[in-house]
Amino acid sequence: MSAPALALHQFRFDQRVFWRSPASVFFTVMLPLIFLFIFTGLFGDETIDEYGGIKVSTYYVPGIITLAVVSATMQSLAINLTEARESGRLKRIRSTPLPAWAFVAGRVGNAFLISVLMTVLVTLIGHFFFDVAIPTRTIPALLLTLVVGAFTFSCLGFALTAAIPSQEAAPPIANVTLLPLYFLSGVFIPDNQIPDGVLHFADVFPVRHFFLAFFEGFDPNTTGAGFAWGHLAVLALWGAIGLLLAARYFRWAPRR
Amino acid sequence: MTAAGDTVIEVRGLHKAYGEFEAVRGIDLAIARGEVFAFLGPNGAGKTTTVEVLEGYRQRSAGEVSVLGADPAEAGRAWRQRIGIVLQECRMEPVLTVRETMSLYAGYYSRPREVAETIELVGLTASADVRAGDLSGGQRRRLDVALALIGDPELLFLDEPTTGFDPSARRQAWEVIASLRELGKTVFLTTHYMEEAQYLADRVAIIRAGEIVAEGRPSQLGGRADAATTIRFGLPDGLGPGDLPAAVGEVAIRPGGAGGATLEVATTAPIPALNALTAWALERGIELRGLEVSRPTLEDVYLELTQESAG
Repeated sequence: MSAPALALHQFRFDQRVFWRSPASVFFTVMLPLIFLFIFTGLFGDETIDEYGGIKVSTYYVPGIITLAVVSATMQSLAINLTEARESGRLKRIRSTPLPAWAFVAGRVGNAFLISVLMTVLVTLIGHFFFDVAIPTRTIPALLLTLVVGAFTFSCLGFALTAAIPSQEAAPPIANVTLLPLYFLSGVFIPDNQIPDGVLHFADVFPVRHFFLAFFEGFDPNTTGAGFAWGHLAVLALWGAIGLLLAARYFRWAPRR
Repeated sequence: MTAAGDTVIEVRGLHKAYGEFEAVRGIDLAIARGEVFAFLGPNGAGKTTTVEVLEGYRQRSAGEVSVLGADPAEAGRAWRQRIGIVLQECRMEPVLTVRETMSLYAGYYSRPREVAETIELVGLTASADVRAGDLSGGQRRRLDVALALIGDPELLFLDEPTTGFDPSARRQAWEVIASLRELGKTVFLTTHYMEEAQYLADRVAIIRAGEIVAEGRPSQLGGRADAATTIRFGLPDGLGPGDLPAAVGEVAIRPGGAGGATLEVATTAPIPALNALTAWALERGIELRGLEVSRPTLEDVYLELTQESAG
């Protein structure tokens, strides 16, 4: 097989594994949608004066997309790669002629596809159930944000895997890393209710910038094409840091 | 290039140290094409370290290693087309079936074997559509072996392929490994079960504390072929060693055994000794209670070689 064909081969099987694994489907696909219905159902009709009176539902759609993409990339990759490493599967794959990058491409391709699917799904549910406008004018900006964010959080997923010592430790470590950031970054709670000091702290981390870049695309008061270059730059910087850490510390052999 | 084109693995003076600890202390090996070679030793003797150096997973500290004409530490994809590996422990993707897992791995190689035929070879045809997570321990191991075979390798590494198996699963795994010989594969096997080495291997090396302490055909290992044969028997009451003909040889008395002491003769010429003993007994109508002739088993040799204390 040619090199791209090998990556595609790996990707096809990774897709099959994803859809057959109940934990993947629940935590990556169902849970963000459940959050969308709960948050928007409870608070969606309130308005946020700080953002020119937009409805909370308009705020939550980019918030839940942020959650879903981070979950499909960083969280899923860290948990699934740790399991594959500790089961000896990664070590075994290294003994085959499959190039390392083709394996990585298959996994990241899988994460990208789920990210795109979730972005579309959350946008459509927001539109048809909660009357959130689909921002056709800013679609190129949203796509760029999606690509940069999925890349960044995939790199961070590989990097985080290197820090996880065992299969049992993977879900708690991934959650302890990400859950506080969702709260502090205004993904779960509208950020007009979060103190400035906390938001400044959250500004250091990529989740906040990923959310703000998506929000700019969905905010009806955005006037231009919606490209949040500053936020995208910080995101990309985090992606580069993740890539370097992953290249340096990622291991194929079990650590047990 | 090695002088003999038929030497698949060649190792000279292999050393591997982890910090202060020397796991492998100067090993030499030469394994020919088509040979089933067993590396036998207790846990922690250096078996897995050695096999992982040969597989290319670990860097050696010193020595020369050639596997299929290449240095495993630097060998690339083309080399990996030619080897198959069964790791000591590996769980496959639990939600993929046997057939799917095989197809996934088949896609990694440029000239794979046929999936269905390879599943048949390891006896998993009836379970081809069962998910890997639902297989029994023995079936999982057979899937492991099938995956190692799917690229049609020249050389297979099996690291403790039956550790933790019940006797029937072990027997099944042995049959699969024995069938690899018929395919003409070279097999490098590590194990800490002597029966496994005896059943499967053409040649065995015993490793203890990072050094090879014996090497040879299972039937000849540790001088088994030349070792003394032991003849054991009991005599009726009233008869003792002094009544036996001189041609039987020197007789030792071992206390215990049902119905009195057991007499023991250790000899390198068992046939004349037995002939003298049985002719004497026939002539007098004497029953030789519990007559037994034995040679040291591979287990005796193994225990002797691996349990020698350091001092």
